[in-house]
Amino acid sequence: MDFRRSMESKYRELLTSYLKGGSEQALYQSQKFSRNALERNIPPEEMVSLHKNLMIELFPDDFTAEMQESFDILLEVMVGYGFAYREHQNLKHIQQELRTEMEIAANVQQTLLGTEVPCVDGMDIGAISVPAKHMNGDYFHFVKDENNSVSIAIADVIGKGLPAALCMSMIKYAMDSLPENRKSPTVVLENLNRVVEQNVDLTMFITMLYGTYNTASHCFSYASAGHEPGLYYDATQDEFSELPAKGLLLGIDKKTKYREYEKEVMPGDMIILMSDGVTESRTEEGFIERETLLSLIKKYLHLSAQGVVQNVYKELEKLQDFQLRDDFTLIILRRKV
Amino acid sequence: MDNQSCVKIINEWDIVSARQLGRNVAKELGFGTVDQARITTAISELARNIFLYAGQGQICIEKMYESGKVGLRIISIDKGPGISDIRQVMEDGYSTSGGLGAGLPGVKRLMDEFMIDSNPGEGTDIQATKWLR
Ligand SMILES: Nc1ncnc2c1ncn2[C@@H]1O[C@H](COP(=O)(O)OP(=O)(O)OP(=O)(O)O)[C@@H](O)[C@H]1O
Ligand SMILES: [Mg+2]
Repeated sequence: MDFRRSMESKYRELLTSYLKGGSEQALYQSQKFSRNALERNIPPEEMVSLHKNLMIELFPDDFTAEMQESFDILLEVMVGYGFAYREHQNLKHIQQELRTEMEIAANVQQTLLGTEVPCVDGMDIGAISVPAKHMNGDYFHFVKDENNSVSIAIADVIGKGLPAALCMSMIKYAMDSLPENRKSPTVVLENLNRVVEQNVDLTMFITMLYGTYNTASHCFSYASAGHEPGLYYDATQDEFSELPAKGLLLGIDKKTKYREYEKEVMPGDMIILMSDGVTESRTEEGFIERETLLSLIKKYLHLSAQGVVQNVYKELEKLQDFQLRDDFTLIILRRKV
Repeated sequence: MDNQSCVKIINEWDIVSARQLGRNVAKELGFGTVDQARITTAISELARNIFLYAGQGQICIEKMYESGKVGLRIISIDKGPGISDIRQVMEDGYSTSGGLGAGLPGVKRLMDEFMIDSNPGEGTDIQATKWLR
């Protein structure tokens, strides 16, 4: 209880010096004192009691019985505040524990769902995925296979945070267990749709775009389950167009059939895939305009695909005042010239 | 028992009597004003729970003398509906007043020892002790 004794004498000092001169200096010292007392978890009722006792000691004659008794009321009220203060301390502690737990979970997720952006001759690929909170409800995955093709999956659970992330792990393992030779985009989506329909509760929906890029024919074939439409960048015209895709979200109807689309990719052109966290980036004035996104992509076109996605993310993050409202995933596949 | 006196809790005014009893004993045992206020606050919370959730019961105040230590024990007993998930009610932020820090976890923190025993349909038995330092 050493601190308590020194606290008492410090408080006496403050009180007497202030009562002598009423100086701002003493008030400033009091503020510093309170920081110190808070660090030591001194509850408010103890401060009231300390004050009362010092007043009795300093003014044995003038501090009347009524004045003394009035402090009983204040003390009682402050016990209530002390109650809340202690709970707050404990809740802070619990929050810290939860945060640590979430960070560990996020790392586990990284390991479980991690994918590497493949190096493919004749192609330049970039990808970025940033969770709004700790855990990511977006997911992307690349697979490079022997017969000159790269498969890309990009998915988004409606919702974010922990539930979304848990759901994504399931998608990943369902995808891993699909037979190797049946990976055409429509087959993949139809399979996953059945898995999701059976396993996930009715309020959880998943959008997904699955595509295969053939590095020999430079044809991108893809199918979409209600996913945010991709974009095609035509380098010669310096123009963007939307990649058409229709299809129901995963998990709504187990009989859903998906349609396969194809797009021939010319030298220098790009396929741009994203989650709705990109298009629904919000500023004070509302959603960002599609034009803003396109002009940002154009602004960094001279960089590698990875450079483009990273810089577009940085700019959109800034536009949103560094508060992501949704998980953000952006992927660019560029056919080298 | 000589060292124990009780107050029946039937209506809200009985909470005041329980507090008064607790304060008198606390003073007598030599607790300072801060601890008196903590003890009476704990009594209020327990008595109010009896009044609100069990309808009636009693609060007993016991003087404790144990291996040279002196203390005060609040015993709250009722034959009300009981608490089915004790772990949950002992969690911060669960009480209906949520965030005021009141309720059972608050009582536990104000006192030095806390014990709760409750079975649905049988009632609730809480003991909370504060030792004189
Ligand atoms: N004696 C009791 N008998 C039955 N249930 C009780 C009893 N005491 C508490 N409970 C149950 O435990 C819950 C938590 O009690 P607690 O005192 O912690 O918070 P509260 O009474 O809900 O809110 P407050 O913060 O205002 O006290 C109560 O809502 C009630 O359901
Ligand atoms: Mg209560």
